[in-house]
Amino acid sequence: MYSCSDLKKGLKVLIDGEPHVIVQYDFTKPGKGQSLYKCKLRNMITGSLFDRTYRSGESFEPASLEERDMQYLYQDDSGHVFMDKKTYEQVILTEETLGDDKYFLIDNMDVEILMYGERAIGISLPNFVNLRVTQSDPWVKGDTAAGNNKPATVETGYTLQVPSFVDEGTLIQIDTRTGNYVTRVKE
Amino acid sequence: MEQNWQLARKRETLKKRARIIHQIQDFFIEQDFLEVETPHRIPANAPELHIDAVPSGDWFLQTSPELCMKRLLAAGYDKLFQICRCWRAGERGRTHLPEYSMLEWYHSHCDYHQLMDDCEALFLHLSSDQQINWQNQAIDLSPSWPRMTIAEAFSQFSPISLEAALATDEFDSILALDIEPKLPTNRPIFLIEYPGKHAALARKKPSNPQVAERFELYIGGLEVANAFSELTDPVEQQQRFAKEELRRRKEGKKPYPSPDPFLKELATLPPSAGIALGIDRLIMLFCDKSEIDEVVSFTPEQL
Repeated sequence: MYSCSDLKKGLKVLIDGEPHVIVQYDFTKPGKGQSLYKCKLRNMITGSLFDRTYRSGESFEPASLEERDMQYLYQDDSGHVFMDKKTYEQVILTEETLGDDKYFLIDNMDVEILMYGERAIGISLPNFVNLRVTQSDPWVKGDTAAGNNKPATVETGYTLQVPSFVDEGTLIQIDTRTGNYVTRVKE
Repeated sequence: MEQNWQLARKRETLKKRARIIHQIQDFFIEQDFLEVETPHRIPANAPELHIDAVPSGDWFLQTSPELCMKRLLAAGYDKLFQICRCWRAGERGRTHLPEYSMLEWYHSHCDYHQLMDDCEALFLHLSSDQQINWQNQAIDLSPSWPRMTIAEAFSQFSPISLEAALATDEFDSILALDIEPKLPTNRPIFLIEYPGKHAALARKKPSNPQVAERFELYIGGLEVANAFSELTDPVEQQQRFAKEELRRRKEGKKPYPSPDPFLKELATLPPSAGIALGIDRLIMLFCDKSEIDEVVSFTPEQL
């Protein structure tokens, strides 16, 4: 069982017998008052989103889902297509289901697909991915207000803050758990 | 290997943080406050239902320096301040760190109104143009800042009455989920006069003993400081601690030792008022950052 202190973005729990994933999480506490755990949850079967606030003392049953090793193939009108590496069976995850994870998919990448019976309902990404910067304006020296960072867009359309020395075309490593820049990658 | 950029990129914020902390010290020293340091590791904190201390050997890390600060006041020191680390177990979120920096200051021979004036003066001292721009919101700091009682806040913003909220133990969640998001953000605001039950160390208001002389300061919707006129009656304080301790045990929490030297010396505490202000949140406001992670060098997850 999980307690409130285990709650965090990405945690999967059972609510009314169905798997749910926490897509947004914040802890809050008014003054000297009670701890409140604000969650936005997605029902992994129906896709519906809702907000719920928990208080300390509540407990949660982990949603243990079968994970299958798959490879990311491509995106088409129906969504993102993955293939089971053993059976060659293909499954599709919609953009909606993937949320921000869609920005960290690279062709042929190995991922774990979460299954609910025979249905693919989620994804477990590697902690780090390497993506190429496709757009980033040169840093204006002396622009101290912005510090030594600037926005950059990578090949998947994801935009993040990077150090001033990262140029267009650079391959960078991103932490998929936080969405943050880690380092440049030597090629 | 490339430098750790998540650290390197905080340079400007950390420089500004250091400058602000020096300005805060200047502000209090200029007004004849004595800056003190008291131990971080103590045998007992004030028992409070919703504040959990981090154990350190047989003792605890402080959840606030208040007990030592008040013992100094009781020994005749009249104006004190301290900037120090505090620890509260399990508190982690967009505006919470389990280890964080607190500014506390205390005056003897005054009540919590003085502390509201101090807050206004402190923020004006730290800003160059009586204004903070935080998350695309201009916050007008010109004094004096609006003051709203908890009773008014509930009647304006709460779906149920204050009495009902207290009876059903919904006070905290309504405050956090219904009232806080509706507080004006273009001006700082003091929420004042908390129900007695929600102020374990505060003096009751003489003209209305249902409420305690406690306030919370909100700036841009962010809770920045908690303050009150101090309870100076050792017998009543001991009873309130015992009540808090009982509520803690009912919730299955570990018993805390009683801070006996504090309770004993409370007998010589003159009428006083004290305030705890979260330094990290103040820095968030002045550095225009939406998350507490952005204004500290390391978060626990990065260690």
